[in-house]
Amino acid sequence: MNAATLAGLTGAILVGVGVYGFIIHSEPLRRILAFNVLGSGIFLLFGIIARRGAVAAIAADPVPQALVITGIVVAFAATALAVALLVRLSGEDGHQAPHRDSAASSRRWSG
Amino acid sequence: MIVQSLDIGLAALVLTLAGWTILARATFPAVVSYVAYGLLLSLIWVRLFAVDVALTEAAIGGGVTGVLLIGAASRLRKTAASGTERELAALWRWAIAALCTLATLALGAVVLLLPDPSPTLAPRAMANIAATGLGNPVTAVLIAYRAFDTMLEKCVLVLAVVGVWSLAPDRYWGGAPGVPRALTPDATLTFFAQLLPPLGILIGIRIFWIGADEPGGAFQGGAILAAMWMIIMMARLADAPAIDQRWLRIALGAGPIVFVGVGILGFAAAGGFLNYPAGFAKPVIIFVEIFMTLSIAATLPMLVAGPPIRAPRP
Repeated sequence: MNAATLAGLTGAILVGVGVYGFIIHSEPLRRILAFNVLGSGIFLLFGIIARRGAVAAIAADPVPQALVITGIVVAFAATALAVALLVRLSGEDGHQAPHRDSAASSRRWSG
Repeated sequence: MIVQSLDIGLAALVLTLAGWTILARATFPAVVSYVAYGLLLSLIWVRLFAVDVALTEAAIGGGVTGVLLIGAASRLRKTAASGTERELAALWRWAIAALCTLATLALGAVVLLLPDPSPTLAPRAMANIAATGLGNPVTAVLIAYRAFDTMLEKCVLVLAVVGVWSLAPDRYWGGAPGVPRALTPDATLTFFAQLLPPLGILIGIRIFWIGADEPGGAFQGGAILAAMWMIIMMARLADAPAIDQRWLRIALGAGPIVFVGVGILGFAAAGGFLNYPAGFAKPVIIFVEIFMTLSIAATLPMLVAGPPIRAPRP
């Protein structure tokens, strides 16, 4: 097995691990972490496609690489917005947090 | 043989850290594990010969996201929000694990059964690269062939800042955001915040500059410049700027505005949106990239800093 296939399989496992974490955690920050693990797994799948697209002149297809670079930056922007929403929701900034229907959301999973 | 066992060891380490990120009981160790994971992941990208991606992953995926998440975890540790975790019934957990394993197996099968020879755009990217004047095909894709994606992505970054700032309570609008930082000045941090930026700014500009021909570019260079600004603010050597500062807004908006402006000028100069005039493509690309780098260097720290938490100075 070469390095590219190994990276692709690593990506496949990371997707599974990320989805699992995203479902089982209820704490929002843990879900954000799992979302990022899931995303980086998908990026690695792009990585194997890029590496397999190598031609004589270049070692990896530049188009999937460029997509991943854009993806990493956009994933960071989404993470930053999610974290800002979360901090605001928790009322950590000393301001009244918006009303949360905590009873309804905890009932959903308790069965 | 040695290289292969190193590859397997690296993959095992990355997967262990990912597993720990998900399974750790407490949030803080999970976040720390994620930061280490992001840095090691960039080594896998090096092994895929995608050095541009590796630089981006190490700088943004590992570094800047790491600061953001560690800051959030320590802020949330003080509040009840970190106590919302609830246990799922074991049966549910096993069922979810089984479904996720199925998804992994399906993706793994796809990886092993990819067509051979693989479809690739690499020859076409190389065939036209002379027209862009660039030597790095990844930069050519980002700034020339798929410039539209990159332009929209710059707009996404600005929209994210708008989204973060709009979470500010009314009374703090126009004030300064709260960069995660030490409560009291810390000697080691202060030392590094004085030592690193002169070198880091040079390295950031160099990585941006060589990006035309070698691995590097506006994203990677901008992220390093952003890190230097962040370490200065975290060490309390400089305050975070108030969000109504004009220079800050110009720096945030310059990248997308110049990019869109050059795109519109493309109608006049080369007959289409984002078309670059023949024989003059490289200077135009470098011009756009300078402002992109500036905007990334300003945007990333502002996204990490979050909404303003102090009332504006009268």
